[in-house]
Amino acid sequence: MRSILSFFLILILAACAATPQRGTGDLGLVIERANGHVTLVDTTTRQAYARIGGLGDLSHASAVYSRDGRYAYVFGRDGGLTKVDLLEARIVKRVIQSGNAIGGSISQDGRIVVAQNYTPGGIKAFDAETLELLSEVPAEYAPGQFSKVVGLADSSGNRFAYALFDGGEIWVSDFSNPTRPLTQRFPAGRQPYDGLVTPDGRYFLAGLFGEDGVAMLDLWQPEKGARKILENYGRGQEKLPVFKMPHLRGWSVAQGKAYLPAIGRHEVLVVDVATWKEVGRIPVRSQPVFVMARPDGRQIWVNFAFPDNANVDVIDTLAGQVVHRMSPGKGILHMEFTPRGEQVWLSARDDNKVLIYDTASFQRIGEIAAESPSGIFFTTRAARIGF
Amino acid sequence: MSATKLVFALFLGSTATIASVQAVASPDAARQRELVHLVRQDCGSCHGMTLQGGLGPALLPANLKDKPMEGLVATIYYGRPGTPMPPWRQFMSEAEAEWVVQQLLNGFPH
Repeated sequence: MRSILSFFLILILAACAATPQRGTGDLGLVIERANGHVTLVDTTTRQAYARIGGLGDLSHASAVYSRDGRYAYVFGRDGGLTKVDLLEARIVKRVIQSGNAIGGSISQDGRIVVAQNYTPGGIKAFDAETLELLSEVPAEYAPGQFSKVVGLADSSGNRFAYALFDGGEIWVSDFSNPTRPLTQRFPAGRQPYDGLVTPDGRYFLAGLFGEDGVAMLDLWQPEKGARKILENYGRGQEKLPVFKMPHLRGWSVAQGKAYLPAIGRHEVLVVDVATWKEVGRIPVRSQPVFVMARPDGRQIWVNFAFPDNANVDVIDTLAGQVVHRMSPGKGILHMEFTPRGEQVWLSARDDNKVLIYDTASFQRIGEIAAESPSGIFFTTRAARIGF
Repeated sequence: MSATKLVFALFLGSTATIASVQAVASPDAARQRELVHLVRQDCGSCHGMTLQGGLGPALLPANLKDKPMEGLVATIYYGRPGTPMPPWRQFMSEAEAEWVVQQLLNGFPH
């Protein structure tokens, strides 16, 4: 009897040793855009710990997290929506929800995952647990005319704000009743190309490609409508060619100011968030793509469009200028900060590496192999509005 | 115009209207790889790495087959004002743009 008991005790201990309990706060995933894989990473050990395939076309993929930071929802270009368990390192569920998707978002209460689609244009809401379709909002801005949807961002009360590239509008859909969303429409301007919500969830900004300016909607007072900020920032000068559209998603609000990529100008525009007036512009080396604030707001990291995508400029928000210029690798597509910002991870697509830098010393402190890496998404996004 | 092209044009003389397609030498293998990478990765930012479209339209043979060749080449080389399509002429010659269009029409290599 005693030997049987000790046998079971050993079994139980062995089982515990095989799956140690752990949190997810320092985990994340890297999109490998060319082959439908994600690599799972640990920012404490600075190592990859698993690689998962079968996620379809990830050539323009992004991810959001469940509120417990355990599950990633990966939105693929081919309309695939894949739920990945970061602890068990496996795909839990996968659905093909559209023909051509561009990203997604998760509701304030974590129960609804919303995908934004180019074809057919619109958004679709899914149950975060089961990925069952709950409802959809076709972006039919005129009879029979559907728009590509860009810039989808979560807001309070299970509302989502997004922009219509072809329709020139900002829409806000309220999923309080997830199967019967209510949508409000606001004229925004010509060709909104992406959007962001401020860290407090109050303002939705849509960058405009077709005109100089940014459309802004106060989500606390949507009845006031969208208004333009940064109008005529190009001052009538001819635009430089834009070889890659900037991305606005990600907080670029720091120290009371918003830092936004100019279109067709090699500048970062600085806006006072209290007055929404331009208070400066910072010259950078090329057309900015991502303009991302370190979590403490002291630094802004900027990467660039082709053909200058080997470069990264770092702005010090106290100095109000670029204080560090680097060329870390070939095809720097994305940047992600660790939760408190002591490290930044950069994907170097054409070097097949993720590069890890210390943000204080700008020294490289590690690297991870990944095939054509693009987006890097850490679980801290689970707790942030707009991520 | 490069010296070679000038000589070639003079040589063609009155037959210069012969479809320029035949006059264009294919880029060498290394340059072809560069152009394929450029199209898949960088044109792919808007048109999709699989060229099935994104913010920009799809570039699969079925999408392009009814469009005039010169227009497609001009779109790559000069861009399309009023749309986000920029001119790519600083990164390739007109002949290379034509090679790219031919590959797109035939099903683009990987």
